[in-house]
Amino acid sequence: MSAGSGKRETGDVVLEIKGLHATVASDAKNEILKGLDLVVRAGEVHAIMGPNGSGKSTLAAVLAGHPAYTVTGGTVKYQGKDLLEMAPEERAREGVFLAFQYPVAIRGITNSYFLRSAVNAVRKHKGQEELDPLDFLQVLEAKLKQIGWDDSFLNRAVNDGFSGGEKKRNEILQMAVLEPILAILDETDSGLDIDALKTVAEAVNALRRPDHATVVVTHYQRLLNYIVPDRVHVLAGGRIVKSGGKELALELEEKGYVGV
Amino acid sequence: MTSIEAQVLQPYKYGFVTDIESDDVPLGLNEDIIRLISRKKGEPAFLLEWRLKAYRHWLTLTEPTWANVHHPPIDYQAIRYYSAPKQQKKLDSLDQVDPKLLETFDKLGIPLVEQKRLSGVAVDAVFDSVSVATTFRAELAKYGIIFCAFSEAVREHPALVEKWLGSVVPASDNFFAALNSAVFTDGSFCYIPKGVRSPLELSTYFRINASSTGQFERTLIVADEGSYVSYLEGCSAPVRDENQLHAAVVELVALDDATIKYSTIQNWYPGDENGKGGIYNFVTKRGACRGRNSKISWTQVETGSAITWKYPGCILQGDNSIGEFYSVAVTNNHQQADTGTKMIHMGKNTRSTIVSKGISAGQGQNTYRGLVKILKGAEDARNYSQCDSMLIGDQCGAHTFPYIDVRNASAIMEHEASTSKIGEDQIFYCKQRGLSAEDAVSLVVNGFCKEVFKELPMEFAVEAQNLLGISLEGSVG
Repeated sequence: MSAGSGKRETGDVVLEIKGLHATVASDAKNEILKGLDLVVRAGEVHAIMGPNGSGKSTLAAVLAGHPAYTVTGGTVKYQGKDLLEMAPEERAREGVFLAFQYPVAIRGITNSYFLRSAVNAVRKHKGQEELDPLDFLQVLEAKLKQIGWDDSFLNRAVNDGFSGGEKKRNEILQMAVLEPILAILDETDSGLDIDALKTVAEAVNALRRPDHATVVVTHYQRLLNYIVPDRVHVLAGGRIVKSGGKELALELEEKGYVGV
Repeated sequence: MTSIEAQVLQPYKYGFVTDIESDDVPLGLNEDIIRLISRKKGEPAFLLEWRLKAYRHWLTLTEPTWANVHHPPIDYQAIRYYSAPKQQKKLDSLDQVDPKLLETFDKLGIPLVEQKRLSGVAVDAVFDSVSVATTFRAELAKYGIIFCAFSEAVREHPALVEKWLGSVVPASDNFFAALNSAVFTDGSFCYIPKGVRSPLELSTYFRINASSTGQFERTLIVADEGSYVSYLEGCSAPVRDENQLHAAVVELVALDDATIKYSTIQNWYPGDENGKGGIYNFVTKRGACRGRNSKISWTQVETGSAITWKYPGCILQGDNSIGEFYSVAVTNNHQQADTGTKMIHMGKNTRSTIVSKGISAGQGQNTYRGLVKILKGAEDARNYSQCDSMLIGDQCGAHTFPYIDVRNASAIMEHEASTSKIGEDQIFYCKQRGLSAEDAVSLVVNGFCKEVFKELPMEFAVEAQNLLGISLEGSVG
């Protein structure tokens, strides 16, 4: 069955993937995505689930333009434009955000400076005036209030010496500030205890908008108790093999990937 | 070449040549040349004698080969040891400085004329072998601060010069110091009297212009009891196919309770992307903390030169004295740097801190070489050393040679070292947040150097960051 069939057509198509094939860049014989289809509309939350090695993180990385993978076939349209033609930074500036499974540390650069650089890169791209540190602080404070977090991260170096949970929270903070049109959360729940999981999920829910879409890549169902998906897809062997509503996630939890 | 490289690869910004008539001595080195230089500068007899002694000693020395750098042999007879722009003998004001010279320094971002001067910074401008102008002298004189060209100090304050010249770096110290002592032409002299805190940053800007010419300047800073001075030097040179030698000596003396903060932004012409041309920067810099509670702090940002060979050090003689060394050294293309520090602990409770950041890109080779020596009498000495190397690409090299020599068991020594590679992952992470590749590299590199940049005077921290951006352009595809 096709990935997007039988669902409520809530909004414009944000992402349309057709027959996507991708290999590891350093090993052209190692094909990971083998004809993947997916349609994501504005306002929707999609969950991509699947066993280890099924290609979940590869899909996230390919959508962000990671150089470790080569697209060998298929098309990806983002807001009607050819996403694969765009450089990674262009995708980001156009509103594609990847919350990394393993966020990278940058020594000596504070979170607030990094965030402001990112926001200004997007603003510049849109022809808007760049924000000075004082203006940006106001934007930041408003966002923190919206997701109910304090400002303890801001003056620490980007992910430097952060615990696993703090790194994941920091990704969500960046997402909150950058207001992406398409957010891809790659295993954001891995390594989080239940309290941290709730905090992160609440923030993601608080940021949901009818004109934005979210793709949650996850291994376990538990995150989906808190971020309730509109659609659930099972990725196996580099393709989406089954799609359904949120009940599919529960079924997977019960029967395992082998059972569905 | 990738599109990013094409976009950012810019020529060395300061590579222009000023067309100006110069007063040169013939190529080569012998006692007659030294006498000629000394006569041109109207020097007292003691100095000529000092030079000749240094020269005779130099003849007995051989060029050191222990540094981790490689270059064809230097022909010391093919170098011109004195070249000065022709101008009136005696200058009463800046109005008499050749407009071409003023224009040159203007282009380098060092405006000398009154209306445009950098506020808060007094500048001594050295062009080839001579100082052409020193700003804010009258203002400094009100505080009793002497800040002038070295050759002028020789004439006006011979007693001070005779007392301190060679007191930290003796003429016989090493091959290049001996050469400098024989032929040095100009440089800056600073004397800060007792209890005075210099109200301005003092700075010297060195410009090599003439071809086939070496620059051999000498800087001497004496901070009398309880005084404070922050001094900064900058430098640049035209793009030339030949290698030019810059062999300077810097001596600092801090008496009781005095502090000298010495910052360098070294941006000599580094040679082209194939390693052709560039300055050989072979420099001896040393500070003596002679007095109790004195402090000398070196901060250097080394981005230029084909080869850098320098180890700004501190002799911690006075009890409770403090020595610091903060360094960022960048080698891109075919640049080589062998740099570090020497901290010699002699007094009780002396402390030293070393923070070295080496960045290698292209086929650059970057070596940290440092000595921490705790002498017998240095009770309760402490040292903290941190040496970090960053590699960009897979053709460059980073090397660390820390020497530690402890003769007193009460010493506490700490040494940390790390080597990291600027990761594809870091760059991609930044790009995924919308930053360009260049901005991503500059962010990662500036973060890496932050501990050193925060030691620079405000006005120059920004310049240093920009400089780093320029010298790494094109190093990441």
